[in-house]
Amino acid sequence: MKVYLDNNATTLVDPHVFEEMEPFFVKKYGNPNSLHAFAGETHPHIKTAMERIYAGINADRKDSVVITSCATESNNWVLKSIYFEYILTGRKNHIIISEVEHPSIIATAKFIESMGCKVTYLPINSEGLIEAQAVRDSITSKTALVSVMWANNETGAIFPVQEIGEICAEHKVLFHTDAVQAIGKLPVSVQDFNVDYLTFSAHKFHGPKGVGALYMKKGKELMPLFHGGSQMGGHRSGTLNVPGIIGMGKAMEQAIDALDFEMSEIREMRDNFEDELLKISDTFVVTPRKYRTPNTILISFRGIEGESMLWDLNQAGIGASTGSACASEDLEANSVMEAIGADEDLAHTAIRFSLSRYTTQEEIDYTLATVKKAVARLREISSSFAYAPEGHESGLTLAH
Amino acid sequence: MGLDSLVGGTIWDEYSDKVTELMNNPKNMGEITTEQAQEMGGKLIVADFGAESCGDAVRLYWVVNPNTDVIMDSKFKSFGCGTAIASSDVMAELCKYKTVQEAVKITNIDVEKAMRDTPDVPSVPPQKMHCSVMAYDVIKKAAGQYLNVDMESFEEEIIVCECARVTLNTLKEVIRLNDLTTVEQITDYTKAGGFCKSCIRPGGHEEKDIYLVDLLEEYEKEKMAAGSTLGGAESSIEFAKMTVVQKLKATEKVIDDNIRQMLIMDGGDMEILDIKENGENHDIYIRYLGACNGCSSADTGTLFAIENILKEKLDQNIRVLPI
Repeated sequence: MKVYLDNNATTLVDPHVFEEMEPFFVKKYGNPNSLHAFAGETHPHIKTAMERIYAGINADRKDSVVITSCATESNNWVLKSIYFEYILTGRKNHIIISEVEHPSIIATAKFIESMGCKVTYLPINSEGLIEAQAVRDSITSKTALVSVMWANNETGAIFPVQEIGEICAEHKVLFHTDAVQAIGKLPVSVQDFNVDYLTFSAHKFHGPKGVGALYMKKGKELMPLFHGGSQMGGHRSGTLNVPGIIGMGKAMEQAIDALDFEMSEIREMRDNFEDELLKISDTFVVTPRKYRTPNTILISFRGIEGESMLWDLNQAGIGASTGSACASEDLEANSVMEAIGADEDLAHTAIRFSLSRYTTQEEIDYTLATVKKAVARLREISSSFAYAPEGHESGLTLAH
Repeated sequence: MGLDSLVGGTIWDEYSDKVTELMNNPKNMGEITTEQAQEMGGKLIVADFGAESCGDAVRLYWVVNPNTDVIMDSKFKSFGCGTAIASSDVMAELCKYKTVQEAVKITNIDVEKAMRDTPDVPSVPPQKMHCSVMAYDVIKKAAGQYLNVDMESFEEEIIVCECARVTLNTLKEVIRLNDLTTVEQITDYTKAGGFCKSCIRPGGHEEKDIYLVDLLEEYEKEKMAAGSTLGGAESSIEFAKMTVVQKLKATEKVIDDNIRQMLIMDGGDMEILDIKENGENHDIYIRYLGACNGCSSADTGTLFAIENILKEKLDQNIRVLPI
């Protein structure tokens, strides 16, 4: 059996989405900005897709939702343009982000920090949450931007973007949120709270890879990161990714239709799965469910290094994830687990299961049985529970 | 750089079949109790290395015959990824039936090679090499416990890159001889820094005493100094507050200026192997070369002279220990 429980990393393309995209490769391949009938074949479809995207986040027609190549581009755009327009010119000298932002924010912030911008990294608390008050405390008269993600990719923790938006409005500071993990999992309406910029990406909600977007409120448009042929109203040059935009439009429409299902059925399936996992001894979940996206579980199994758990799951055909040491190219501990700082012994034990509307109960049952077997096997190997003679001083684990 | 680095890869694809097999079925995984060791007529040694909070931890069990020092049985338990478990398993296997003194000669490179399917294809991707280093460290820890000596004493030279086992002296020499200016060049010449990358600069997977960037900076300064002021002023930093590299440089300089000439005239020489903090003392480990080696005054007169000069020039708490 093959089970995909890594939907916070990427999702399958919904077959209906693929169906809508398909004609735009071989049959209708015109550049929508050209002046001939080939362009005319694609143009109306782009318009429909853009309308669906606007509707999906409830953007006003006068706002700009600019299609980019991915969320990383959108996030780079916001921070680098803020740097060029506000920091380099000396109007402001400071931005605020959280310490658990996606690397596309953290690494970009570090880059502009190296170019002279002051950066505040807001800490998360022991539940993996950001306190809005911390934003208020960090704002100075020289703060140009606050950028705090809507929901965290690792824990699913939902951050108080409405409250942070209010604080930013009060202090006349620009506010950006990376909503990559929110679209399709939570209601997102840019007109219902104060937000100037919002990032999202199609492949996280059953759209194609290689298409992202940046919402910019009317009057808050940033200088472009891509200069060129003035596509996208001059905000982002480059030939339009026609099939990608059409795919994103359809995926957005479907995500909105499926939102109730996500917030009820998927949540229930996730909750039951989590209840069962927590029956295994010495397992821990950090963020309370009510503050989490409905599809995500980040769980620690004491004494089991994350990659070895992924290994056993993978041998059984199950795809999950860990940001912990050894699993990825770099060897860092899970940054969220480190930031929480509750129990260092657990920093390398976190496993993330992220569900989607395609996850079945059968898959969850199979995964649960596999996890139980893997926990038993790996704890048998683990030094954490191993015998030591009387008086043996161990430095392997911290006292607990 | 280039195509391979652009595409990246999944690290598991680079594991050898042996690593996969050992991760799925480690052969020497298990515990040995004090009672079991007694029944076998041996002494139980239990050594730990690493920490869960760092992502890797291993416990090694040995039963050692106290008369022959032969390791009669060897088992492990490990908190770690697949390569950590596989490396620990091979390490435990390699220890068996060797004497403790032979076992400390097993290196991480032996462990890595033993996991290869074919002799010239590495068994693990570069960033996983450090897992085998832990397997090597725990052997030294166990041997240290059994022989009642500090585990550091098994290392004769300062190793900067543990994955590729490249020493400080080698690195300094290669940098100087080839006028190297980048970490990539060092890696090309010595393989140092090509694996887990911890030794390149602070902030990697493991904390180090000496980083490759320090050595490059040191060499850069050396070149500058040689170019501008010949025989410039002595360093103004207190010896005790220097980094290990600075201490080595300072000691090296005093020896060059005041001691080496005397030794060479007598057909001998010496080299610094290591500097360690021991409470208040700075213990400088040296090795005599040429005629000094075995000379009757090497442990008396000559030694006192070296120590006194270093004390006078650098710090009163210096002790010189020949190995």
